[in-house]
Order: sequence, then C-alpha cells, then structure tokens
Amino acid sequence: MRSAHEPGNLLIVDDNKVNRILLARGLEKDGHKVEVAENGRLGLEKLGAGSFDLVLLDIEMPEMNGYQVLETCLQNPELREIPIIMTSSLDEIDSVVKCVELGAEDYLNKPVNPILLRARVNASLEKKRLRDEQRKLFRTFATKEVADELLKSGFSLGGKYVNASVMFADIRSYTTYAEKEDPTEIIELLNDYFALMFDAIASYHGTVNQMAGDGLMAIFGAPIHRDDHCEQAVRAALEMMELLEGFNQERAALNKTQIKIGIGIASGRVIAGYTGTQHRATYTCVGDTVNLAARLQAQTKVIGEPILIENATRMALGDVFKIKSHGPIQLKGKTVEVEVFSVLVGQKV
Amino acid sequence: MSVIDKATFEELKQMSGADFINELIDAFLDDAPHMISEMQTARATKDVESFRRNAHSLKSNANTFGALELAALAKELEFMGKENNLDIGNRLEVLNEEFGRVAEELKGMRV
Repeated sequence: MRSAHEPGNLLIVDDNKVNRILLARGLEKDGHKVEVAENGRLGLEKLGAGSFDLVLLDIEMPEMNGYQVLETCLQNPELREIPIIMTSSLDEIDSVVKCVELGAEDYLNKPVNPILLRARVNASLEKKRLRDEQRKLFRTFATKEVADELLKSGFSLGGKYVNASVMFADIRSYTTYAEKEDPTEIIELLNDYFALMFDAIASYHGTVNQMAGDGLMAIFGAPIHRDDHCEQAVRAALEMMELLEGFNQERAALNKTQIKIGIGIASGRVIAGYTGTQHRATYTCVGDTVNLAARLQAQTKVIGEPILIENATRMALGDVFKIKSHGPIQLKGKTVEVEVFSVLVGQKV
Repeated sequence: MSVIDKATFEELKQMSGADFINELIDAFLDDAPHMISEMQTARATKDVESFRRNAHSLKSNANTFGALELAALAKELEFMGKENNLDIGNRLEVLNEEFGRVAEELKGMRV
C-alpha cells in the first residue's frame, strides 16, 4: 500500500546491515528518499552535510552510540528541529525511555513492524511540517530567536520581571501628511517605512510587539535575555535614522513628502509576558520603564532631537556613543524630573 | 529439525516483499560470521563492551529471521557481557554451531 503522505528525506543510522536494509527498503517503497549511515559518527556527518526531515536512530552502535548522537543533535540549533525516532530491541525499554525523556520524538521496537513504521514515520513527518509552517508564520512578526523561543517554551500566558530596553518610535509629521495624501499612498508609505524599521530592529535582536497607526513599540533583551540590550536598542535607533535618511532621499527624488520620526528608549525592570487569551496573544511589556520610553518619544518633538534616552540606558552605554545631556526634565505623567539625553545621529560606531 | 520459526520468517518475507528477502538473507549470512569472530576476539582481549554489542546485534538479527534458539544463545551472552562476565564456558562454540545450522536452512529459503 502506498502512503498518501508526502515523501521526506530520511536518514537511517544503524550499525546492523540487516536492520538498515529492512528499514530502508520499507521506507523507500513508501516513496521516501532514504540515506543510511553505519554508526553514530557517520550519521552525524551526514546530518551536518544534508537536509533531512527525519532520523531513525539505533541505540547500540560502535564509535558513537544513539544517546551521543541524540544529545549532539539536541544541542545543535541546526539539527535540533529534525525529529528523531529511536529504534531498539524490546529489552532496551529503559534506554528508550531515557531517549524520549531527552527529546527523541518517538521509538520503534525491532524487529520493526512495517505498519507501525509507516505510521510513526508519517506522523513524525507531518508534525515536522506543521512545526516548520508555524515557525515560518512566527517569523513574520518575530525574529528567528524569538520564534524559536516561542516554539520551545510555548505560549504560556503569565508575566515575569525582566531587565530590558523598550523603544517607542513614531512618525512626527504624520498627521499633517495624512490629511493631504491619497489613502493608497499612505498605506504604501507606512508599509515601506515599517519594513525598514523592522529590519533595523531585528538586526539588533529587538522584537516589534506593537504597531498602532504610525507608531511602533519594540523590546530588546526579552523574551530572550541579553546583557547588552541598551546598546542594541541604541544601535537599532541609529540604524533606523540612517535607513530613514535613505528613504527620504528616494522620496525627495520622486517629489514625495519626506517624514521625520522620534524615538524614545528607556531601560530597566519591566513586567513581560504573553497577554491575551489562548486564541490570540501577544508578547508585551508593561511598567514604568515602558511609560517612560513613550514619554521620551513624545519629548523628541519638544527637544528637537530624534533619539532620546534616560539615565539607565545612558549608564549602560559607556563612552561608545556621542551623547548630549539635556538635564533633568519634567515629563508628562512623571512625579520627579528625569535626566534626558539625546544620542547624536549620523555617528558610525 | 528446523531452526527457523516459519511464522516469523513468513512475516518478514511478507513485509519485505519476496524481491528483497534474498538481499536480507545475504546481508545476515555476510555479517553474522563477523559478529561471531568479533566476539571471539573480544573474549580474548577482554573487551566486554565489544563482546556485548556484537552479541546484541546477533541477537537482533536472529530474532528478525525467527532463528529463536540462536537469538536465545546470543541474548544470554549479551547479558553476561553486560554483567562484565566473560566466563562463558563453551557457549560461543555452541552459538557458532547453531549459526551453522541457521545459515544452512536460510540458504535453502532464498527465493
């Protein structure tokens, strides 16, 4: 019986020739493309060189056994996503349990029952396809790191305190612009603008988690922690300004309105987590740091500098960037004055 | 007297298809003597790990073809290897003789 499933690229790692033939022929009949390796070390070499959808892995092997191959794969970001089915004899059930606990996808007893083999292989391939689809989907709104983290940890709703940098960016002269332009033009402008800003933010490991009208909010240092989130956020802001300059030059050449933006960055403890319901959730941050970043963004209009930061971000930067102090300023909604600094644009660091 | 369990062998033939049962038999008849000689070497050099692993492979293959007695003998040796016990008496010779009978019978079962 031929399988109705899509064929996959499979790798069979087994030191036993009879087993290799038995597994390979059975799977080839189902239309899968099959490669074999005679021990764990050769198996890993093939995995590194090729692109496989599924591995059938023996436990008892010379040179490198199934555990070692499994562990190596799970620690390797490039190989981690390939499902591994352990093949073992019935009396190795303890070893199998250990492998499944380690992260093996499934197991099969040897001598392999062909119906079970087909069912498990096709189910694993199907699951992998779904996971690949999901990952692709996540990547449309998150960076690769965040997408991977989401897939690993799942969408458990609930917050925790994290240290992060929060960025707000807004088009300053947007309103006047919107009144005189054609709606199609405006959406086109926003799409081009957001594409550039997302690129800059993702390049510095930030995640855009909110977009409203012409504004966006991004987080650096969460959900995946990094120590240099302040610096990354400022670098992203500088990159955004540089990309915007190019964008404006192009628009000027086409005789279209140019835009100005303001960026506010604040760093510190935030409450971060997935908010929403099981059906629709978003990763977000709340807390004083977030409000402060939004206020700083608003303050760019008053001060006339496009990138504003506060003291916590300033302190983490050291002497890497050219920074100008604007002294303590009373920001809207704040009870105490806040030290405000601007990061000078156009600097290459 | 047959040393191959016919039901197991028929099942194997059915799942593999008659077209490659010969390939499987040949692979086994090729590999098994190596496993047995590896076990002999391992016994002499006191390499318990290699002894156990080869006994394991032989057991696995014997089960695949329905060579139940051969599988039982290999399983016992695998277990002894696991227990670090290479004081196996004449068990390896007995196993080798059993393999001779299995090989003869399997040769006659090629299609």
